[in-house]
Formats: sequence, structure tokens, C-alpha cells
Amino acid sequence: MKIIINGETREVPGEMDLGELLELLSMPTERVAVELNRRVVRRAEWTAEKISEDDQIEIIHFVGGG
Amino acid sequence: MCRIDKKHVRVAGRLVRARISFWESNPVDSGYKLNMCRRTKFVRGKLNMSDHKVEDKFLLGGKEFGSRLIIGTGKYRNYEEMRAAHEASGAEMVTVAVNRVPLDGKTESFLDHLNPEMQILPNTAGCYDADHAIRTARLAREALGTDWIKLEVIGDPVTLLPDNEQTLAAAKTLVSEGFIVLPYFSDDLIMAKKLLDAGCPAVMPLAAPIGSGMGVQNPSNLRIIREQLPDAVIIVDAGVGVPSDAAVAMELGADAILMNTAIAESADPARMAEGMNLAVRAGRMAYLSGRMPKRLYASASSPIEGAIR
Repeated sequence: MKIIINGETREVPGEMDLGELLELLSMPTERVAVELNRRVVRRAEWTAEKISEDDQIEIIHFVGGG
Repeated sequence: MCRIDKKHVRVAGRLVRARISFWESNPVDSGYKLNMCRRTKFVRGKLNMSDHKVEDKFLLGGKEFGSRLIIGTGKYRNYEEMRAAHEASGAEMVTVAVNRVPLDGKTESFLDHLNPEMQILPNTAGCYDADHAIRTARLAREALGTDWIKLEVIGDPVTLLPDNEQTLAAAKTLVSEGFIVLPYFSDDLIMAKKLLDAGCPAVMPLAAPIGSGMGVQNPSNLRIIREQLPDAVIIVDAGVGVPSDAAVAMELGADAILMNTAIAESADPARMAEGMNLAVRAGRMAYLSGRMPKRLYASASSPIEGAIR
């Protein structure tokens, strides 16, 4: 299944939720946030949110800035 | 504590224009002589202060800050320099940027390098329209659990000047969603009024373009915003290069300064941060004290009469 994560096209096994995706990508889970198709998905809902073909996912954290 | 709710106050014979917060925050000793101007009627009196010693606290978004300097976390050469600069600055709030997590599996968190006692103010840097800024703010809130957001909507990549129209649109939406919106915008009175009307607890006019270090380019605009919006919280954001720039902005009546590059790009960020800390305080003291009038000609400080001939 093809999805777009942080602007990059990635192939992932089908039937996955957001929590499983973050684990697959070895993503940090503290002080990050996830957007699925331009909608923020609360941390508590990561495991309930299934991923579909062509989904656009943004995973953010914090960097230095002014 | 003595509370005086008028803006024009005569202290030690000088008429000063003071914000309400001045009296809530400026230490006044017992027996201090005070003449108050209440609308057009003067009320002369002696302020009887007991043991109430009031400090010059900075109130923003329902929170009290001891420091009027807010600093960034970008462009530092290393974490050690950043931490030392943060410490020396005396700042209690630091800005951070929202960014995509790299997909390389590295899990280091930038936030681990910040003093946990500092309040984190996420920004929407890099957003070119209201929609992106709103999405960024929502993500920042979800990740950090903070309602505070430095709203920055840029209109052009060369000057990084703000898109005021998009900023206002984003501010309205974010305020309606319960955010404490601190908007970066052009130093314009009308836009400041609109942003305050939209529910922003403060406005953050630029001194000069981001990272330019040019200092206050339009002091008249800052003065006008201060004088026309005496109760607004004004934070000068962007453009400060050296401590004197920060002092100028504070002398003009800014309530606080937000800066990043001036400290981070200095050869000795910690020392520069300390200089900025002092300058912000010095400028604040000058503003509260009320400056002497400028004169075209001299005014002797020593008595002319009685000098030997």
C-alpha cells in the first residue's frame, strides 16, 4: 500500500493503524503529533485510525527556531 | 497596594504617560510624592505605601513573567552554547519551530536540550498561508499540550515579511479554538487593532526583517502603536541586532522583546544574551521613568549665576 509520509512516498504493508505505522518507522512517540489527511489525530486515537491507500500523513516534532 | 487607573501621571514633577500596569508593577516607596491627573482634574496627594513592594512583572496571556526577554532556539552552533545563552538571558520563555520528523529512525528530541523550567512557545514559521499556520498550530498543541502559539505567516521568502491579511485570518480561527495567539506582523497600528479585536492577548510588531539585525527601522510606528494602544501588550519581534536596538524598542514602550539571531549568531552567545537581558531591563526602566525632553540647544546643568568672573 502506497502512502505519503512527511512528503515522501512509502510502501507499507496493508491493514495498519497509525500506532503501528509509527512503530514500523521507529518514530518517537513523545512530544510528536500526527496529522492524517490534514486532520490532527489525537494520540489516544492512533490505534483506532486505520491507514488507507494514498493517505497523506504528517508527523511533526520540534526543532530550533525563532 | 495603591491603584490608579489613569494613564497620565505626574511623578516628581514630570508628566509621564503610564500604563495601568505601571502602577501595578512599579515599586513606589512609602511617602512618595504623587500628583495624579484624573481626566482633566488634578488630584494632588501623598501616596501612603506601607510595606507593599511591587515588582515590574510582565503579564501575558494570563501568566506572569519576571523577564521581558523571549528568545529563540534556532541557529545555535551547538546545544551547549544555546543552553548557556538561555541561562544568561534570564528569559523564561523560548520559541521552537514545528518540523517534520525525519524518516531515518533517529529519535533524539530537540526539546530535551531545553531547560524544562522554560515555557515553550511553538511558532508557525515557514507557513505561507492561514491554512498551513492553523494546521501547524493544531499539531503543536497536540504535541506539547500548550495553547500558546507564536503565529507567523510569511508573505515572501526574500524579506520574510509577514502576510498581515493571512495572519489576521489565522488569528481569528485559532482564537476561536482557544489558542493564546501571539501574532508576528508589520509594525502597523491598524493591523495591531484588528489583531487585538480578534482576541490576541498581545501583538508582535517587527523591528526589522527576521534575522536582519537592523534594529528598529521605524521608531515612529512603534511609538504610535504604543501611544494609541496604551493597554495593549506589545512585543517587538524580529530585527534586533545588538543590545542598543533592544533598549531603543523598550524605551519606545515595548513590553517585551523576542529575538533569536542576534544572540545565536554572536561569536559569544552567552555574553550577548546577558547584554540583551541588561538592555531590555535598561530600556524598560527608561520607559517607566520618562525621558527628558529633547532640545535643540543646550541647557546648563551647573548654575551660571554665581560662577566667578
